Amino acid sequence: MVEDFILRAGLAGIAVALVAGPLGCFVVWRRMAYFGDTMAHSALLGVALGFLLDLHPILGVVCVTVAIALLLLALQERAWLASDTLLGILSHAALSLGLVVIGLMAWLRLDLMGFLFGDILAVTMADLAWIGGGGLAVLAVLLWIWRPLLAATVHEDLARAEGVPTFRVRLAFMLLIAVVIALAMKLVGILLITALLIIPAATARRLATTPEAMALWAAVIGALAVVAGLAGSLQLDTPTGPSIVVAAALFFALALLPVRRRARP
Amino acid sequence: MAETLLEARDLSFELGGRRLIDAVDLTVAAGEIITLIGPNGAGKTTLLKLLLGLLDPSAGRVRRRDGLRVGYLPQRLHIDPILPITVARLMTLTVRRPREAVRAALDEVDVARLIDAPVQTLSGGELQRVLLARCLLLDPDLLVLDEPVQGVDFAGEAALYELIAALRSRRGCGVLMVSHDLHLVMAATDHVVCLNHHVCCAGSARSVARDPEYVRLFGARAAEALAIYSHHHDHDHDHAGEVVPLEADGAA
Repeated sequence: MVEDFILRAGLAGIAVALVAGPLGCFVVWRRMAYFGDTMAHSALLGVALGFLLDLHPILGVVCVTVAIALLLLALQERAWLASDTLLGILSHAALSLGLVVIGLMAWLRLDLMGFLFGDILAVTMADLAWIGGGGLAVLAVLLWIWRPLLAATVHEDLARAEGVPTFRVRLAFMLLIAVVIALAMKLVGILLITALLIIPAATARRLATTPEAMALWAAVIGALAVVAGLAGSLQLDTPTGPSIVVAAALFFALALLPVRRRARP
Repeated sequence: MAETLLEARDLSFELGGRRLIDAVDLTVAAGEIITLIGPNGAGKTTLLKLLLGLLDPSAGRVRRRDGLRVGYLPQRLHIDPILPITVARLMTLTVRRPREAVRAALDEVDVARLIDAPVQTLSGGELQRVLLARCLLLDPDLLVLDEPVQGVDFAGEAALYELIAALRSRRGCGVLMVSHDLHLVMAATDHVVCLNHHVCCAGSARSVARDPEYVRLFGARAAEALAIYSHHHDHDHDHAGEVVPLEADGAA
């Protein structure tokens, strides 16, 4: 007999994994792992802002993470600091600012650990509805921009020269990442969200010869990691969010093992 | 006079207070091969991007013929190994074409056998040919090729230039390409523009090679190497095959 809260946790986790897998493929293809991480770290500030302005936390998170992403792009244009330095500064500054602002809001009793590392077992029906609806919306938009986004990922100028509105496509992609961060925050926490984007995608690479197959495999592997991590955490009484990430990492290690038949590209 | 495909007038581009492109005039006509040469950092790629509309000029303008279809071969196309993609898929990233059309385009540049190969397994020369086929798939009026022989071995370079010249003859499209090497491209170009932010000199490959501006930019050695090369062409053949001396133009 599966308890309701476990069922909700499983469904929410699988829903997020199905979205994070394909989106995560673009994150690794575009070498944006730390970019995504920086956006995720700023999510706490979004939560705080949500409380201050009486917005839904998801809306607060989307606004702040997109703002951070735009700030990053603007700063990268200036190019007087290396990209990784810039990411390091913004990532930690945003995370710390979020912690400080929440600390200042003394009347707020937030479960900080829940935000940082996730609290998937506390998912409510309302959360599930948000995650389901939001996830479907993200997938629909991703499907819509799939071809232009892939073209822009292979070569930005080439895509532009051939008529792809690369700026708008890139903006839409960033918005999708922001929404997934907002959706996944409750599950694995802002510190581990990037893992859900990247590890299943990287694991899927070995199994795929087309971009689409890689995206599908990433979704499947992510969902399997959620189920395995959830089951493992119940069995071993370990924190669930990190257990899911550990499960994903184990799948990744497993995928490294057998395949040596094909010559490496 | 062939139809003008693309025309730049008084084109300038500034970045961070530096004038990368300075009052450049350039015209490309149908069926014509124009080669852009110049030292590293001379603004060759920047000029192409201005002509393609990827950058906005600080001054001057670019006029393109209405409905001009451009095939662009960018300078560097590195596809990370994490992205699984085959040649056929690379070819149809922005256009949907049936597989036969993709194969036909690849066949035109002699690499049809690579249609299902992962892009990362291609050699430098194979990748450049695939990218050229990719341009052909768009049925272009104008090919814009940024260092098309990059990463290609020496023998392959000459073959690729021959191929580009053959495509021009077969399809009647205009070609604007960047090359680092005047003497290899010499046989395959109608007009050479030597760029160092501004147009230093322009004309036939021979006249550019003799131009003091070219010698100053590339050094006497390059000019001499070219003289040795053009030595092989210090005569011409009439239609009966008899050797006839060239005009004074032939002496380098």
